[in-house]
Amino acid sequence: MKPQTNHIWRIPIVLGVITAVCLVVALVDDGYWDLIASLGLGAVAVFGCYKGYVEKG
Amino acid sequence: MTSKSLKVWSAVHTWTSLISMVFMLMLCVTGLPLIFHHELNHVLGYESEPADVPAGTPFVSLDKIVEAGKAQRPQDVVQLVFFDRDEPNVAFVWMNTAIDAPGENGKAVAVDRRTAQVLKEPKLTEGPVAFLLKLHTDMFLGLGGKLFLGLMAVVFLVAMISGVVLYAPFMRKLEFGTVRRNRSRRLFWLDIHNLGGVVTFVWLTVVGATGMINTWADLMLKLWQFGQLAEMTAPYRDKPPLTAIGSLQKAVDVALAAAPEMKPISIAFPGTIFTSKSHFGVFLIGSTPISSRVLQPALVDAETAELTPMRPMPWYVQTLFLSQPLHFGDYGGLPLKIVWAVLDVAAILVLGSGLYLWIARRRKGATRLAEAEGEPSAARMLGAAGE
Repeated sequence: MKPQTNHIWRIPIVLGVITAVCLVVALVDDGYWDLIASLGLGAVAVFGCYKGYVEKG
Repeated sequence: MTSKSLKVWSAVHTWTSLISMVFMLMLCVTGLPLIFHHELNHVLGYESEPADVPAGTPFVSLDKIVEAGKAQRPQDVVQLVFFDRDEPNVAFVWMNTAIDAPGENGKAVAVDRRTAQVLKEPKLTEGPVAFLLKLHTDMFLGLGGKLFLGLMAVVFLVAMISGVVLYAPFMRKLEFGTVRRNRSRRLFWLDIHNLGGVVTFVWLTVVGATGMINTWADLMLKLWQFGQLAEMTAPYRDKPPLTAIGSLQKAVDVALAAAPEMKPISIAFPGTIFTSKSHFGVFLIGSTPISSRVLQPALVDAETAELTPMRPMPWYVQTLFLSQPLHFGDYGGLPLKIVWAVLDVAAILVLGSGLYLWIARRRKGATRLAEAEGEPSAARMLGAAGE
């Protein structure tokens, strides 16, 4: 990967990994695991909404 | 990326998106209320409420439950007895005109498991939620509709992958999440499309791929029926049909003795597609989120209550079982369902903005537009590619 493309993929990869981990974590067990997964996945969604609607570009 | 490969990926993204667009919008819109199908059916009064008896009242024999169902619909036969994951005190007796009649024509009788009292008739196949579910799964076209939607999911997966490939050239000169509000409407929606697409990519890929797997459920059932089930019941193949069926409770007890940590989720009666002509098909689940999704069949001779040694379902059926929670989003309580809904709305936004961008590009000369706005070079090349 060229150095200039690093900045393009850094955040999307972090968001993708959080999403994938959370989707699996909720399958592992109920209770706290569900909560952690919902918070993590919720954070990804909220971050996207914040970028799209709140932050001035 | 060279301008030629950019043009190819752009064409792939445009056409796979356009082909699947209408169906994906329909699936996302109908899927939104379906995330909350349980809550909605509850509020709308389509579900049966259990009787008001003291907590800890023991369950009656399942044979009494079956009798209660038969008394309620004496003209019908019992195909299945099944339980609700969320309401353990209610059993459903699925009755139909004949033992081998198509399942969807049947009617459920809800029975309280502690009193064997018949409850308010549950409407499992009626009402707005059932309508949306049917539209969502097969568009009222049966297996053909299901498989068609599965094919559209494949096309959509290609659209998503090509979208990610195109993300990099568009974002080369932009910070992550840049939304240009003060330029043209088209640039605003392009930025929203890119941001929404990249944020929801993994989730939407998982929901799309598991949805695709779900469309093959009927085929997998057939494969299991003619494969493992036929093998396990081979010694019974030439036996005459049963004249009398033994105790259901006894069959379940025999299955549970062999798998004491499990509990039954559904029991198929001999002669239905889920078992042989001579066995109760007792389907057991475990208590963890994963084992509660992966059904373990136990075939119990309906006359002698002899258990056929249990075998786990084949890998393809297990894949189907595990893909279901990942599609429905119903495995992490209400908070996860809410997140599922938010991401679904984001997906609708990505689809809608993509459609808008295509229309806007066709309406105006894209090259002129791009030059006038001073878009990054990738966007300019793409604009030209679309003409």
